[in-house]
Amino acid sequence: MPPDTHIPRRPLLSSNSLWRMKSYLRPYVTRLVFIWLAAIVGIGAGIALPLIIERVIDGPIAHRDSGGLLPLGLLAIGVGVVEALLILLRRWAQVKPVLGLETAIRDDLYKHLQRLPMGFHGEWQSGQLLSRATTDLSTIRRFLGFGMLFLVMNILQLATVTVLLLNKYWPLGLLVLASSVPIIWTSLRFEKRYIRISRQVQDEQGDLATLVEESALGIRTIKAFGRRHYVYDRYDDAALKVYGTSMDKARLSAKFFAFLEVIPNITLALVLLLGALAVGSGALTLGALVAFTTLMLQLVWPIASLGYILAMGQEAMTSADRLMEVMDTVPAIEGGTGTIDKPRGHLRFEGVGFRFPGADRPVLHDVWLDVSPGETVAIVGATGAGKTTLTALVPRLIDPTDGRVTIDGHDVRDLELTTLRSVVATAFEEPTLFSMSVRENLTLGRLDATEEELADAIQTAQAMFVYDLPWGLDTRIGEQGLSLSGGQRQRLALARAVLSEPRILVLDDTLSALDVETEALVEEALRHVLRDATGIVVAHRASTVLLADKVALLRDGTITHVGQHHELLAQVPEYRELLAQDADLDDASEGALR
Amino acid sequence: MTTTSTSPGTSPGKSPGTTSWRGVASEDQDELPEKVSILLRERSRRLLGDLLRPYRKQIALLVAIIVVSNAAGLAIPFLVSVGIDQGIPPIARGSGPSTLLTVVGVILAAAVTQALTRQAFLRLSGKIGQSILLELRRRVFDHFQRLSLSFHEKYTSGRVISRLTSDIEAIAELLQSGFDALVKAVLTMVGTAVLLLILDVHLGLVALIPLPLLVLFTRWFRRQSVLVYRRTRETVALVIVHFVESMTGIRAVQAFRRESRNQEIFRQLNDDYRGANASGMRLGATFMTGIKLIGNLTIGGVLFYGGSLVLQGEVTPGVLAAFLLYLRQFYEPMQEVSQFYNTLQSAGAALEKLSGVLEEEPSVPEPRKPQPLPQGRARGKVCFEGVRFAYVEEMPILPRLDLKIPAGQSVALVGATGAGKTTLAKLISRFYDPTEGRVLLDGVDLRTLDEPTLRQAVVMVTQENFLFSGTVADNIRFGRPDATDRQVREAAKAIGAHEFISGLPDGYDTEVGKRGGRMSAGQRQLVAFARAFLADPAVLILDEATSSLDVPSERLVQRALRTILADRTALIIAHRLSTVEIADRVLVMDRGEIVEDGPPARLIAASGRFAGLHQAWLDSLSS
Repeated sequence: MPPDTHIPRRPLLSSNSLWRMKSYLRPYVTRLVFIWLAAIVGIGAGIALPLIIERVIDGPIAHRDSGGLLPLGLLAIGVGVVEALLILLRRWAQVKPVLGLETAIRDDLYKHLQRLPMGFHGEWQSGQLLSRATTDLSTIRRFLGFGMLFLVMNILQLATVTVLLLNKYWPLGLLVLASSVPIIWTSLRFEKRYIRISRQVQDEQGDLATLVEESALGIRTIKAFGRRHYVYDRYDDAALKVYGTSMDKARLSAKFFAFLEVIPNITLALVLLLGALAVGSGALTLGALVAFTTLMLQLVWPIASLGYILAMGQEAMTSADRLMEVMDTVPAIEGGTGTIDKPRGHLRFEGVGFRFPGADRPVLHDVWLDVSPGETVAIVGATGAGKTTLTALVPRLIDPTDGRVTIDGHDVRDLELTTLRSVVATAFEEPTLFSMSVRENLTLGRLDATEEELADAIQTAQAMFVYDLPWGLDTRIGEQGLSLSGGQRQRLALARAVLSEPRILVLDDTLSALDVETEALVEEALRHVLRDATGIVVAHRASTVLLADKVALLRDGTITHVGQHHELLAQVPEYRELLAQDADLDDASEGALR
Repeated sequence: MTTTSTSPGTSPGKSPGTTSWRGVASEDQDELPEKVSILLRERSRRLLGDLLRPYRKQIALLVAIIVVSNAAGLAIPFLVSVGIDQGIPPIARGSGPSTLLTVVGVILAAAVTQALTRQAFLRLSGKIGQSILLELRRRVFDHFQRLSLSFHEKYTSGRVISRLTSDIEAIAELLQSGFDALVKAVLTMVGTAVLLLILDVHLGLVALIPLPLLVLFTRWFRRQSVLVYRRTRETVALVIVHFVESMTGIRAVQAFRRESRNQEIFRQLNDDYRGANASGMRLGATFMTGIKLIGNLTIGGVLFYGGSLVLQGEVTPGVLAAFLLYLRQFYEPMQEVSQFYNTLQSAGAALEKLSGVLEEEPSVPEPRKPQPLPQGRARGKVCFEGVRFAYVEEMPILPRLDLKIPAGQSVALVGATGAGKTTLAKLISRFYDPTEGRVLLDGVDLRTLDEPTLRQAVVMVTQENFLFSGTVADNIRFGRPDATDRQVREAAKAIGAHEFISGLPDGYDTEVGKRGGRMSAGQRQLVAFARAFLADPAVLILDEATSSLDVPSERLVQRALRTILADRTALIIAHRLSTVEIADRVLVMDRGEIVEDGPPARLIAASGRFAGLHQAWLDSLSS
């Protein structure tokens, strides 16, 4: 996972976010009550076993009464069976709430993320979001499902056994109690340091992962420049860093775990010493001493794991914070309530401006543009002039920071998102394909498209190559499937946009990766589509501009000229410069004459 | 063209619950092998042996330490029993606690020994584990970088990334937590069994009666767990892919109202994953309960039988106490093993995949005995001699190509998609080797040049230009890591990128955001050009490199190209004929063959394909 820059550093034990997840457990209240009961009874059974052993040693064995042995032996077996059964019941009962919680939160997270706008997704890498949906969620699941239960069980067990020991022979009980102090104290201290160092390892692994990602995605560039060693050295530095920190981590836990084992053993030696003396002096029975040592050893794990569980709790809280940070992000783009019964596709930009948050200069300002129904406008502008931003405003992938965009007189912000986005379709320059069948990739949001419509869209986009794929329209494409060329991908993106039969079709430089012949075919087909629909076409080339009825020149974030292609060519030097027709022609004829 | 689609089964809109949306693909290469077992396949074992070999001595030491540590740990309950049997009677008789004190002293010594050796073990095993991990990381990374582009195109970046992240982490997980637990569990169990028999053969045998049952039960669990584990991995993989693709493709998702369909699919995948997880949890619960039950029954049985042996005077109370303590120790680690089994499995599967990668041979290997270029520096003469190239033998992309490009010539390649232009470029940059014939640079076969020499001489700029994390300057410097700041700036100026870079918030020191961040495709392309210019190769290949530039930028680049290309060989592939204009020579390709060859002016004047293309282009400009 990439390093996370979004972790809110909150004070320890801010259980707020975690507490809010409790509502996900509400459907399972009865089950939870049962689980807790089973856990408590289970503890009782676990404690009973050493006590039975005591009875055996002090009763039948001490009094040489072989008749008393059988019932106690059977009792021990009975208690053992009950304990095991309770564990089984509890663990089976836990499955539903624990996984239900995780699954429901993940569903909700996904749902929420799909609603969050482009602005949010531009700032968050998908890896960061994924780590919330997987790692963080597992941490929360582990704590709410097991950790919390164990926490209470351990404390309960600790208290009961301590009381029992004190009751049996208070000096020894006190000794055991005293021995737990250094364990708890060290555990807590250790866990704090351990979490810090674990997080550091995680961060460094994240850096390493970023380098891995780049080395894989940029493999062509690396190979083209022969920079294998350079990339390797960068990776190696980061790997060595991970190595160093992991070693620190290993040393830390080596110290801790050794300490964790030595304390109970020393206590055991002391218990034996004092206990044996007490047995010798008759203050304690032999059976009680055996029970004592067994009970004491039963405490080692609950005490030691206390630190671990508290650490788990802390991690779960951090995870919950990280999760809630996303869940609490209010979608900046919410749909309105308006609908358009019969959209005509009259698109207007009214004094539109857009500025990225925190940016000094706006990307767009004072954009006025009126596109009548059925009309097609080409947007021409230099690299970085804001063309893509302008097109993203129409389906509300982003919202303007000034002015408004209207369709048939409705502010797009007043329309239902589904209405709006069924009126507008965009074919992007960099088409996104999903690891799904061609069919699913084309229909995307329009699941009701018929085979005929599908075929027409494929035809329009000149994407007939899909029929030649190994499984035709059912072939899986995308990262996990068959890889396609840039031109093929663009044609699919185009087919996708055409298929959704929009009133307003936005083509964001969709034809850039096509060769001249295919481009001509696609343009011819697009002419038919654009005859009925309102069109916005981002264009770099004169040939694409010719798809449009008029041209808007975007310069420095605003539309400076609107007019016919030949008018602008004749009157606007900047436009001439951009489409470069005259100059190119000069060059060409020059070349021809040479 | 009408509906010729031959879709087997579902039509869209129907049966949303099924998995038809995924479509069909050839066999998933990442699927776990049919029989995942603890016993690794040979190549994995070889890799493991290879990784462990340098640490033979340390591992021997480690074994010694762990044996001492466990012996000390196991001795403690035994010593307690001695204390009870031998220490208490003298006190009761009033002859003082000297025996008891000795025993207690020995227990303390054993406890300290155990603690110290355990710490030593954890440190040493940590060190060995981390060193192995580092070595594995280095090897796999380096190997991926060595493997040819053809491999990467098939293998896909996503899988490269998961090999180097999640798979390595699975092994790290095993080394960190699992390994220690396993060693401890095995040694404790063996040690305890031996001790029980030594303490009292009779009672010991009784205590070990459930052992065969335990073995059978564990085997059952292992089998089940393999199945459950595979299902969990498969389901979670689908959840992750769907999640990541939805997020990276959120623009298309929202623009095309894909949300509800996506949610439907996600819910289904998430539910499948829940189901797999539930089987896993239930299996674990059953196993742990079973172990606990066997353990408790044994303790009860030993208590009963041992008690009667004590009554008969055959066993002392201390021995009985020791037995009860040992039996606890015997069954506890078993419970941990069940949790640890998944770690072991995923590490095994990961090792399997990694060893598979390491076995791949680069299809474009480095020469064993590299040859130098004549005069030590490339001049840029490129020759194709009888070159044939085919991905699939029956369908050659280039059937037979002979071509001479003199040093310093700029050649434009023109032709429809699939004519073989990019293949030609890839052969010159040796991303691929020809199936037959050879490609020569200054008379030397590319296959005999070592990588640094070749890459210094030949650089290719494509349409997809990757920007690495770091500053803009870092990215330009990628072309020549030892370049000074001034050289970086000059490269940018020469290519016409200086102006926009200066306009960025921190100029050349602006951090390139998420894969190129807010730079437009054209701006990224300019950076890539500056990078190539800085590298200063004798042969420069531009494969559709200017197609994402707008016309002014393209013209800027073209002007710069005239100077840049003046003293070097260039191969330019472009759909736009304006780019072709600057070439000295045009090659028109069709189905892998050169059908026209000559200076642009001459071809335009003639009446071949290029003239036709050119005329069409002129028409498109003037209409």
